[in-house]
Amino acid sequence: MTSFFQLTSPAVARRAFLRQGMILSGAAVALLAGREALAAKAGGGSTAADVRILNTALGAELEAVAAYQVGAESGLLEKPVLALAAQFQGHHKEHADVLAATIRKLGGKAVAAKTRYDFPVESLKNQADVLRFAAGLEKGAVSAYLGAVPLFASRELSKAAASILGDEAMHWAILRNALGENPVPSAFVA
Amino acid sequence: MLEGALLLAALAAGDPKAGEAVYSRCLACHSLERHRTGPRHCGLFGRRAGSAPGFEEYSAAMKRSRLVWNERTLERFLANPMKTVPGTTMTYAGVPEAKARADLIAYLKQEGKCPGS
Repeated sequence: MTSFFQLTSPAVARRAFLRQGMILSGAAVALLAGREALAAKAGGGSTAADVRILNTALGAELEAVAAYQVGAESGLLEKPVLALAAQFQGHHKEHADVLAATIRKLGGKAVAAKTRYDFPVESLKNQADVLRFAAGLEKGAVSAYLGAVPLFASRELSKAAASILGDEAMHWAILRNALGENPVPSAFVA
Repeated sequence: MLEGALLLAALAAGDPKAGEAVYSRCLACHSLERHRTGPRHCGLFGRRAGSAPGFEEYSAAMKRSRLVWNERTLERFLANPMKTVPGTTMTYAGVPEAKARADLIAYLKQEGKCPGS
């Protein structure tokens, strides 16, 4: 069986992802977790660094899941926006689950979600505030993955991080669009 | 010595307004006022690395780095966090552009005080 991160082209990967209905399945995690080659390629002293990078990403993903939960429970989102937030939260859950499975596969210990997150809930007064808050997190996530991609010892992990980066960038663009801002403000992200 | 003088001049020319835009790169993990995946940034200047009150998730590497945050240490760290503090959990390639680093540092300095401090 082939892992999502082992697929040969983005188009093939996308089709595989769509086949899963954009919903995390136990099979998706098992696919990545079953990659014996991944651990072997990371190998040596670099594995610890890769695990550290993955754990930092996992921590941010878990926080994003919690942030979208705050938005969803705020009562400030109209129905279509709420559905979108739930979808994006689902993506972050998928990222978190795959990252955690990969960390374990590499012999590391995956960080857990915090028992409490400190979000600026007092400043969320309307739907636009929630969207702007989420857009800031997504923009930050794009930058964080961009800053992580070149650091991995394993090119498979760089590819996986780039795949997640693309998803975060789409979230950011959609949220900007919902705010009436230019969804794609520049040719490059930083 | 010339290099140091040039660095100081570059840092002095940092634009906090431009630095605010650079700071958006940090928002996946940080905020000025709240601890998140990474520690909050208010009160950063003059603080010993790994010592923000209430933040428990520091790496051992950061806690033993002996860095004290100022323009020079931030300049070095932001250029390449994992090289400056090997073992840091700030697993980020850094801000490669010197001007962007100077702007970011100017912004962090301007916004540096914690609410109520």
